[in-house]
Amino acid sequence: MDDKIIELIGVSRQYDTTLAVDNIDLYVKKGEFVTFLGPSGCGKTTTLRMIAGFEMPTSGQILLNGKDITKIPPYERPINTVFQRYALFPHMNVFDNIAYGLKLKKVTAVYENEQGERIERKEKLSKAEISEKVKRVLKLVDLEEFEKRDVTTLSGGQQQRVAIARAIVNEPEILLLDEPLGALDLKMRKDMQLELKDMHKKLGITFIYVTHDQEEALTMSDTIVVMKDGTIQQIGTPMDIYNEPKNAFVADFIGESNIFSGTIVGDRKVKFINHVFDCVDDFPLHEKVDVVVRPEDVVLKDAGEGQVDGVITSSIFKGVHFEMAFTVGKTEIIIQDTVERKVGEKASVFIDPESIHIMNKEFVSNKYDGYITKKNTVCFADGEFECDVTKLYPNSRLDEEGYLILENGEKKDLTDVDVEVEVGLKDIEIIDNDEDGDACGSIVSIIYKGDHYQIIIRTDKEEEDFVVDTEYAWNENDRVSVKIPPEKIGLKLKQAEVRK
Amino acid sequence: MKLRFSRKHLCVPYAVFLALFVIAPIIIMLYYAFTDRNGAFTFMNFGKIFSDVSTISAILTSLSVAILTTALCLLIGYPVAYILARSGLKNSATLLLLFITPMWINFVLRLNALKEFFSLINLLDKSPYVNTVIGMVYDFLPFMILPLYTTLIKMDNSLVEASQDLGANKVTTFIHVILPLSMPGILSGITMVFMPTMTNYVISDILGRSQITILGKLIENHFMQSNWNMGAAISMFLLAAMFLFTWFTGGFKDDGENKARGSGLW
Repeated sequence: MDDKIIELIGVSRQYDTTLAVDNIDLYVKKGEFVTFLGPSGCGKTTTLRMIAGFEMPTSGQILLNGKDITKIPPYERPINTVFQRYALFPHMNVFDNIAYGLKLKKVTAVYENEQGERIERKEKLSKAEISEKVKRVLKLVDLEEFEKRDVTTLSGGQQQRVAIARAIVNEPEILLLDEPLGALDLKMRKDMQLELKDMHKKLGITFIYVTHDQEEALTMSDTIVVMKDGTIQQIGTPMDIYNEPKNAFVADFIGESNIFSGTIVGDRKVKFINHVFDCVDDFPLHEKVDVVVRPEDVVLKDAGEGQVDGVITSSIFKGVHFEMAFTVGKTEIIIQDTVERKVGEKASVFIDPESIHIMNKEFVSNKYDGYITKKNTVCFADGEFECDVTKLYPNSRLDEEGYLILENGEKKDLTDVDVEVEVGLKDIEIIDNDEDGDACGSIVSIIYKGDHYQIIIRTDKEEEDFVVDTEYAWNENDRVSVKIPPEKIGLKLKQAEVRK
Repeated sequence: MKLRFSRKHLCVPYAVFLALFVIAPIIIMLYYAFTDRNGAFTFMNFGKIFSDVSTISAILTSLSVAILTTALCLLIGYPVAYILARSGLKNSATLLLLFITPMWINFVLRLNALKEFFSLINLLDKSPYVNTVIGMVYDFLPFMILPLYTTLIKMDNSLVEASQDLGANKVTTFIHVILPLSMPGILSGITMVFMPTMTNYVISDILGRSQITILGKLIENHFMQSNWNMGAAISMFLLAAMFLFTWFTGGFKDDGENKARGSGLW
């Protein structure tokens, strides 16, 4: 059953050097309400404009009902658009604006001549037909008395309705809406959302809607396409996207989320915020993952009664609920609850396994919290490493006694300064015995990644992990130590330190 | 009494200037226009405008030169302004400058250069009328391009897209959307070109070698022959005609919309 009304195959759009849309594949079913959702610059509007025909794809194909329309100009496509700032013709009144498309339209009329032969002729619509259609659509958008009004005298909301009427009066196969509610105030926007949804049901036209407002997308759509940097992140129903986000970006963009770094420590067990939680997603052991928990899914209990204890550090009233920050060690969890707990109060959280959403983490580097020693080395992950402390301040140098001289001549003692340490996956060297490296531990995971192995080494005391990309195969549970060249250790001052 | 200076007093120099050099001359002209050589009140001067053959022929020549020049400027200027404003050329601002810089060169100098060029290609003695029109178009074209360009560059491109989206091809879009929306620019361009071409006689003097008489020339002749009354009457007639023309083209219409579309610049 082929009910795809429009299909994009490998579509890209390049402007000079930037790739606005990067090789996307997508189809929309007949009668669907589809929303392209993403932050500004994610390529959603460009995609819409390519469907409308205002932009040509640099490569790829656009099919309408299975036919290639990639090179067909906008005026020959059975697609109409509601523009972001309405784009009503200021030199025409409401009636003429709406009738614009109808006056240009040619329909096939069938006649029978005296010999009984059927004759087909392309004809323009009659004045009476046009007038009737315009009146009908004006009624639909609730603007019956406005026919003769000058469009420039209308309010934003009314102009919006005229713009919608002007598009749907042509009975397009697809209606494109480019952030049509962006210029309206909140109350009006909410009303229009419901009206549009209603209109979609009544008309049975396919709607493709572009917005950066996740709430709007969740309210109105049958299907949401989440985009970022010209690529599609996830396609799904609002429920799917909200409850089962595919990656941390989607989770963060759709609704509020707590996102933690976690590790799988057993069969359906994940460790984050220093506690092992049961979960429902099945991931390989020792896999590093992103854990997403919605603020409304975290249950606050009295201290000692939940899974993890901590302190309430802030509380804001948000109308229906309180939004509270709950701090465990250095990690903050945002919680929404209707019952307020006072700032400073000790409490405990409970998270249901069903509410813990786990997704693959793409590794780019290892990150640790560390501190500088007297000898200008850095301690992190159960080890002490030689490093280049002059990286902490631009244009600084070391004097003979080991003090750091800043650019402005100030002398600085770095002992015990807290730093953020970053080490690339390829910059860690694995050594076969315990003693020769700077930190030691055992290999807990080996994953073959096509052309290299990704190995995770866990240290003994603090259970910190080194994730290493290497060409050489090792065995699980091998005792090893690691060495990192000093110049490859990235150092950054902790934020608080910079402010001093 | 204390002397207090307020912002209003800043207008005083201009008010004095206006009274001395604009209002007073008009009053003097009015006086001459409605009197005869002996200083007696009369309408005769205006009567003569419509009965004297040479005056009527000068009016008709002026009108035909002005209309032809304006039409040619519009025909040449619109495509230029359209391409500069809407084709997405990277250096359109520089190109526009190329069209406008001739305005910065002394007007008489330019005309004499053009005259030399005409005599070089043996065109100077062919037709004083054609020479005058060419000179006028050459001189006033930038005044047509600039208001058109400002109107077109400010036009919201989504209106053009909306038109195409609704099924109009490029030609239909131009006729139904771009042209009507550039009307303010067209009108101010016409005003900017038509008015000076009606009165300018330096161009016809230099390029037409004084062989055609247009209104401005006629007025000069009357004053040169000490017929101040007739000269003043024709001047007043011209002033009234200009006033009417401006009124018809909506030059006095002060609505915000016109301003927003760039014609307010002029």
